[in-house]
Amino acid sequence: MIKTAEELAQAQKNACEEIKQYDCRILVCSGTGCIATGSHKIHEIFSELVKQTEGVELVFSPCGGHHDEKSVGVKKTGCQGFCELGPLVRIQKGDKVIQYVKVQPDDCKEILEKSVIGDEIIERLLYKKGDKAYVQPDEIPFIAKQTRIVLENCGKFDAESLEEYLAAGGFAALKKAMFEMTRDEVIDEVDKSGLRGRGGGGFPTGKKWKQVARQKETVRYVVCNGDEGDPGAFMDGSVMEGDPFKLIEGMMIAGYAVRADNGYIYVRAEYPMSVARLKNAIAQLEERGLLGDNILGSDFSFHMHINKGAGAFVCGEGSALTASIEGNRGMPRTKPPRTVEKGLWEKPTVLNNVETYANVPKIILQGADWFKSIGTPGSPGCKTFSLTGAIENTGLIEVPMGSTLRQIIFDIGGGLKNGAEFKAVQIGGPSGGCLTEAHLDVPLDFDNVKKYNAIIGSGGMVVMGQDTCMVEVARFFMSFTQRESCGKCTPCREGTKRMLEILERIVNGQGKLEDLDTLEELAKMIQTMALCGLGKSAPLPVLSTLATFRDEYIEHIVDKKCRAKQCTALRRYVINPEFCKGCSKCARNCPVNAISGVVKKPYTIDSNKCIKCGACKENCAFDAIYVEA
Amino acid sequence: MLDASYYRKTDEIISRYVRDARSLIPIMQDIQAEYRYLPAELLSYVAKQIGITEAKAYSVATFYENFSFEAKGKYVIKVCDGTACHVRHSTPVLEALWKELGLSKKKHTTDDMLFTVETVSCLGACGLAPTMMVNDQVHPSMTPEKALALIEELRGKG
Amino acid sequence: MGTITINGKKYEFTNEKNVLTIIRNAGIEVPTLCYQPELSVFGACRLCTVEDDRGRCFASCSEEPRDGMVIYTHTERLRKHRKLIVELLLAAHCRDCTTCDKHGKCKLQKLAYQLGVNQVRFENHREEQPVDFSSPSIVRDPNKCVLCGNCVRACSELQGIGVLGFAHRGTDAIVTPAFNRLMGDTNCVSCGQCRVVCPTGALTIHHNMTEVWQALGDKDTRVVVQIAPAVRVAVSEAFGLPKGENSIGKIVAALHRMGFDEVYDTIYSADLTIMEESAEFLDRVANGGTLPLMTSCCPAWVKFVENEYPEFKPNVSTCRSPQGMFSAVLKEYYRDEKNAQGKKTKVVSIMPCTAKKMEAKREDYHTFGEQDTDMVLTTTELIRMIDAAGINFETLPSEACDMPFGIGSGGGVIFGTTGGVTEAVLRRLSGGEGTPTMAAIEDCGVRGKEGIREFTVPYKGIDVNICVASGLANARKVLESVKSGEKNYHFIEVMACPGGCVMGGGQPIYGTKATRVETRRQGLYNADSDMVIKKPHENPLMDVFYNGPFKDKTHELLHTSHHE
Repeated sequence: MIKTAEELAQAQKNACEEIKQYDCRILVCSGTGCIATGSHKIHEIFSELVKQTEGVELVFSPCGGHHDEKSVGVKKTGCQGFCELGPLVRIQKGDKVIQYVKVQPDDCKEILEKSVIGDEIIERLLYKKGDKAYVQPDEIPFIAKQTRIVLENCGKFDAESLEEYLAAGGFAALKKAMFEMTRDEVIDEVDKSGLRGRGGGGFPTGKKWKQVARQKETVRYVVCNGDEGDPGAFMDGSVMEGDPFKLIEGMMIAGYAVRADNGYIYVRAEYPMSVARLKNAIAQLEERGLLGDNILGSDFSFHMHINKGAGAFVCGEGSALTASIEGNRGMPRTKPPRTVEKGLWEKPTVLNNVETYANVPKIILQGADWFKSIGTPGSPGCKTFSLTGAIENTGLIEVPMGSTLRQIIFDIGGGLKNGAEFKAVQIGGPSGGCLTEAHLDVPLDFDNVKKYNAIIGSGGMVVMGQDTCMVEVARFFMSFTQRESCGKCTPCREGTKRMLEILERIVNGQGKLEDLDTLEELAKMIQTMALCGLGKSAPLPVLSTLATFRDEYIEHIVDKKCRAKQCTALRRYVINPEFCKGCSKCARNCPVNAISGVVKKPYTIDSNKCIKCGACKENCAFDAIYVEA
Repeated sequence: MLDASYYRKTDEIISRYVRDARSLIPIMQDIQAEYRYLPAELLSYVAKQIGITEAKAYSVATFYENFSFEAKGKYVIKVCDGTACHVRHSTPVLEALWKELGLSKKKHTTDDMLFTVETVSCLGACGLAPTMMVNDQVHPSMTPEKALALIEELRGKG
Repeated sequence: MGTITINGKKYEFTNEKNVLTIIRNAGIEVPTLCYQPELSVFGACRLCTVEDDRGRCFASCSEEPRDGMVIYTHTERLRKHRKLIVELLLAAHCRDCTTCDKHGKCKLQKLAYQLGVNQVRFENHREEQPVDFSSPSIVRDPNKCVLCGNCVRACSELQGIGVLGFAHRGTDAIVTPAFNRLMGDTNCVSCGQCRVVCPTGALTIHHNMTEVWQALGDKDTRVVVQIAPAVRVAVSEAFGLPKGENSIGKIVAALHRMGFDEVYDTIYSADLTIMEESAEFLDRVANGGTLPLMTSCCPAWVKFVENEYPEFKPNVSTCRSPQGMFSAVLKEYYRDEKNAQGKKTKVVSIMPCTAKKMEAKREDYHTFGEQDTDMVLTTTELIRMIDAAGINFETLPSEACDMPFGIGSGGGVIFGTTGGVTEAVLRRLSGGEGTPTMAAIEDCGVRGKEGIREFTVPYKGIDVNICVASGLANARKVLESVKSGEKNYHFIEVMACPGGCVMGGGQPIYGTKATRVETRRQGLYNADSDMVIKKPHENPLMDVFYNGPFKDKTHELLHTSHHE
């Protein structure tokens, strides 16, 4: 039990000492991505191997190790950031770290022998870019060019161990807040830092806390939005998995500052790993007395609860989220009253997202001025993004606010996959928009991005090459918002349905030019009249693609053409007479008899009859059939 | 009609929580985890036990995608159709599964109760798109071929 | 407190709860579908959105007034957006307006006209749902639902029952009972408050007009009709007469002209009810019977007790409701061949209430194996039938009820408002030493407007603790307080509809709820003042009844047995 500030300091010191006693740590990435590629198996094999190998002792906590043997820890870490190259394994000996990628079960023994027991580096498992192979993870451009605050610990230590968090300086911020600062000073520091909500809105966090602290009602709540629903975004999930203690510490500081006794984390249903790691963290903290009544002997008590979502994107909206915790349909309600006045169970509530809370400990420790030195004046600090789509290095990144798309996509992301040509990047998820070539050098921060019909949002970033159809992308997002609309307010429920219908018509080649006017009419109405933020922003993907890629819409409507060849209905299958041998196989496989010809002479496809199923192309032995845009 | 064991189990689940509205969702989640679906009779029973109306319980249960009044298959396959997966061609994976299992947008579960196929908006493993989840396990970089091979493997397990 | 500038003109405000109220008080109409002042704010239809001087748009129903606000209610863009919203609603809505029960009274129809929606550009893909006729009182047509949620909130907030709820989400969202059950298979008490707040034809009264016309057309059938107290003050406004005016004389005249053979006023059987219920009360007090005694006039309330508080069934009076008593007496009268003269007799009742349709069908409202009330019409149906009969209601002369049952007291008249039954009981008990005077009764608190009122009336040395409640959510509170032992009452009156029968689920809907309840209630008190006979027991027909041919059948005719 840690009952006083002194005991906490002692525990931190002990943890540091203990970590140093490891001769070697095998850090196996256990983020959702790496688990999917089999990292659990790798972890198992390493644990087994270490146990069997003489002269090497597997230790869970180094104090139990015999000093005549090498003490080796096999640890599960949070996301190391490089999901596509998983399973990722780091071999850490003091400050020396080797990053191995795509580690297969058969590699484990070799790694143990050469790199753990010996000091060899296995070339074949290193990350390579061009001719260069990288040993230290921090040298890999993907990581070297990031600035990590929130993700600082992710991938570097055991996400399931409080000791490791303490060793990394965990709970120093809470201790400082509780014993060296008044509650108001804590709020002022957060306010001065200029930290803005990382969930999408960008509302100043300090202001929010101030408003809650000011309420007459004395029962207050701290709620964390971990319902990261934007498709293509997994930053918050990675933080919950990779550094759960930091999130909890951030929430505790908020609880201390606004005098709340209870904190709730709402985690989306699709993140079982996050739930498991958070539960584990809470249990350890309760056991050690860092959560519960009279924390560190003070009058501050704090209890944490986890709520699992049940599959509703709209619960990422604040009032829908609190409604869901209360056991209701996750339907947003009208505001006022705002969440800071009447949030969870109608009590004043601090509601921030995972990344926001995870920024707090370091702000408290290093001060507002340090935080403001990073990022832009209007949006200080860093932002995490999940980099996905047609990009070379997919994964989780963190960069200072104000970084440009060019830096993110080309310097960190390594450019487009297979050297494809960049077309657009979708940012902000279903509430966001598309940025293009023209915006590559715009410094990204909350205010700047808004000027281009997009939002930073929670930080999902999907890179698209020339083979992506922007009308189809707009349709995709509209179908998402439509499916996820709660159905409460008329503009969103009925309006998005009609927008989707129109977009479906257009990608099916049945659009009319006046459809574009109707789309805009609906979009503007929904933006103005919808009840909640999600509804109001639902038309953004359409408006932004209409603004930037209007010619593609017109092509679909007037020329019945999809330049990206993505819209099935607009594909035209053509037989190249030069390659066609007249074998008649295509004609025999055509389900609608759209192909005719004379044997041994080139066949032709009647595109009026063709249903674009592609059976002919699949069956052609001579590659004579191609798709014309 | 459900036999008494269902109600005994439900009582045990209810006893883990406070008896009020806030416990509805976690209780339903636990029941669904137990039986892989939410039997309607049990929902009515829970409503009564925690003191809310049936209409309210029904309205909450039908709001969230995760709850199903129909029994699900032994293997619940969730094909991710998040943005990242979508642009990396998740649709052919879904279609291949549908075709192989004789399922569709409307029919989610095979008659032998072995497979249920659903789509999900994002599994949070976008780096490995396209992905799908079988029960709680995420499978990376799917292709129609890999999906069909997995089905074969699961069929073998029965 | 402060000033708001609306469309360039300044308006003072005090403690209005939202901007919408101030706008409406200023005489400006902003459309709404989901706003009902007595229900919680839902904010779903978005039609009441207004714009401020910085171009910010917000729903006025949920915006708190702030001093110095500058708003515009009908700007070009707001009108355009509202029009599009209505077009979208219409696109997903059954558009058979001419055959809709709500034709001419439908808010959506009115808005479509007002906003100039003369074309719907989108197809209706909604799968047509079957119309639910399973309830004897309410018809639910999901195809006409606009998802405003008024019924959901009325059922749970006013009535504390929660039969209806939202289900599913997005475009699949519907309003439905649990598990898509039919209304008739739920614990709906038939109060009809859902229908009162429904802006469209999604929830309407289950009509019995056709059967009544048929009976009227049959020469071999004698059609006898009774008119409930609350009906008389709710018809006038439909015909352009002053709101809340007592038009019982005209109603009688109209019914005569429509071909009803005999027309009676339910206040006669209200008097019978008081005679029986007072006796039952005194008996229970004297002989240690189950107390508190709870009234049984309101079928929705009785059903509510049966569904949700069966433990209180013995507390509910065994008296049939005035409708039930009258119909039983009428049927019994015509069982005598010398009265029947070879004709069949059908008893029709005209009620402010949808639940009476359910009550009429109850087994315990059958006497000697026969259903007493054959058909129940609501006030709304009465108005339509007067119209259909081509009667010029405004110019009709007053006519008196027929005999031998055509007399009642003022105590019977006030049954139509909350507290009325209790006041009538007190009148019955007044007179003689130690009893309250008429003036004392009027001032004891029985005439208040609150949803729950409690007061004490001294009667022959005991302090009688009385509670009067209207609205079933209030009734639930009262029952819980009795159950917990917190409260100790002798007598509880409950009317399911907030405000009592004048606000019944079958009443026509004009103007605001506040004016409806006030004018109709006042109308009944005025009618009472105009009556010569005030106390039920002073009605000369009571003597006739208790000493006449029915004297040995009072129990069968006037009481139910189901509570026992």
